[in-house]
Amino acid sequence: MPFIPHTDDDVAAMLAAIGVGSINDLFDEIPEELRAGDLAAIPEALSEMEVGGLLAARARDDGQPLCFIGAGAYDHHIPAAVWQITTRGEFYSAYTPYQAEASQGTLQVLYEFQSMMTALTAMDVSNASLYDGASALAEAVLMAVRANRKCKTRRVLMPRSLHPLYRDTVRSIVQHQGIELVEIPFDRTGGHTPLEQLTPFSDDEFAVLVIPQPNFFGVLEEVDELTDWAQARNALVIGVVNPVALALLTPPGDWGTKGADIACGEAQPLGMPLASGGPYAGFLCCKQALVRQLPGRIAGRTLDLDGKPGFTLTLQAREQHIRRSKATSNICTNQGLLVTAATIHMALLGADGLERVAAASHANTRKLSGLLCDTPGVEPLFDRPVFHEQALRLPAPAADVLRSLAAHNVLGGYDLGISFPELDPAILVCATEMRTDTEMDAYANKLTRVIATRTQARCPVEPKF
Amino acid sequence: MSNVPSELKYTKDHEWLRDNGDGSVTIGITDHAQEALGDLVFVEVPETGKQLAAGEACAVVESVKAASDVYSPLDGEVTEINVALGDAPESINEDPYGEGWIFKLKLSDPAALGGLMDGAGYEQFVADEDG
Repeated sequence: MPFIPHTDDDVAAMLAAIGVGSINDLFDEIPEELRAGDLAAIPEALSEMEVGGLLAARARDDGQPLCFIGAGAYDHHIPAAVWQITTRGEFYSAYTPYQAEASQGTLQVLYEFQSMMTALTAMDVSNASLYDGASALAEAVLMAVRANRKCKTRRVLMPRSLHPLYRDTVRSIVQHQGIELVEIPFDRTGGHTPLEQLTPFSDDEFAVLVIPQPNFFGVLEEVDELTDWAQARNALVIGVVNPVALALLTPPGDWGTKGADIACGEAQPLGMPLASGGPYAGFLCCKQALVRQLPGRIAGRTLDLDGKPGFTLTLQAREQHIRRSKATSNICTNQGLLVTAATIHMALLGADGLERVAAASHANTRKLSGLLCDTPGVEPLFDRPVFHEQALRLPAPAADVLRSLAAHNVLGGYDLGISFPELDPAILVCATEMRTDTEMDAYANKLTRVIATRTQARCPVEPKF
Repeated sequence: MSNVPSELKYTKDHEWLRDNGDGSVTIGITDHAQEALGDLVFVEVPETGKQLAAGEACAVVESVKAASDVYSPLDGEVTEINVALGDAPESINEDPYGEGWIFKLKLSDPAALGGLMDGAGYEQFVADEDG
């Protein structure tokens, strides 16, 4: 069955019934320059065989490198059962089916996902996911500014220690909504956001403080102190968190005296393969007091007419299909399939399993950092505790070093100079529970050789004349 | 037919106003409006001290079916809000002209109240709308 079942005759009959000449006339209130143009860059359709060949070639280009890059997406083990179950016909769909009468299984999975996320973050409520971590933060910022009625300003404090792509995404989404984003510098010794960088802002001078934990450098922020400080000044606090790290770290709902108001982040570490960058899923949780401002789909548990438990979407009245331009946000969907994987992943690992993944990733990254720092000139960039990523200073240009390592089939880390020119030359490395001692030794050996060729004179013998 | 007290004033957005005799009015939504909305689950009230212009969206009533704006019927300043609605939005369903009031407005021009519909006018308006 085609996805759009209306024939041309059906469409003509419907247009005639409402007295409109063409479908385009329905959009005439949208100015011409804002409408989607021709999709000239989209190539002709390919056959299944051609697409298969194209994607197989792309996969070969990616190769099977040893991955020591984190920087927002992480190479964790995914039990085989996760995608075996997720791709069953009952779940596997291009579009998340929400009809309560036909989709109890899907709705229950969303509900279980929300329950697990509230348990991990220690928040009261969760939505059924957003597109990714970066857009989840943008929605969190919009939500917090909307909800903070104590404060007249629409200024948001965003540490520079936050993921640079998250900062870009938030800027893209909120910049034309009268929201001012203020970047807060990080400490060059610790890699964290010290309170003294915030103290110039006094009561009612900012509506929201964003706190990444761990931050982009893997460094742990002083979340309790920052949360209490911001909330004492009538601001709301958004925690941007790694869900795996939450198995070990204090969850945002318990930060400071009152807890963060909103928690969000990237769900990719929970059963989603790196897959060259996506699709992933974002999560967004909040305190009960803010539930009416929480955008996106929310699955609820209820009782039917016969008193039997059942699941249905709830709190929809503020969504776009009901409130139009006055909707809480433009988000009217979620990442159902990826959330299904995340839910099964968390169910299989359990709280203990997730904690072991977090502890093993932390231990491996410490071990890797120690091994890499045996190379002369390689040293930790910051001196504060980290979760499972470490920023390292290099004695040679980072891009060159990483290129040479890639030629040895090692993805050696993220070049920090791309987004933080002041830190160049430096890289951000990560070793999850997937990396073995042998692999880490291999990386350390290759790094020593690559650095040696770039720092030592090419010819060890001085020419004699 | 829904309850339409004759001593109140009404708007075409199905809001009622009670003249408090001191230049201020109490505002809520009519019995007809609450019936059409169904069970209310949430009310977002305006902020005290806020200056409103006539026709400005200033509150939201959310039911199991829909969320609708409440508009300021006249120019004025919000002097008091019904905080009890935070925990008991159903008061609007149960007692729309009493416990279910939403906010009080100090009118910029008290005489403007005279331009609104009276009970009979509103009943006619509802009948025509349903017609």
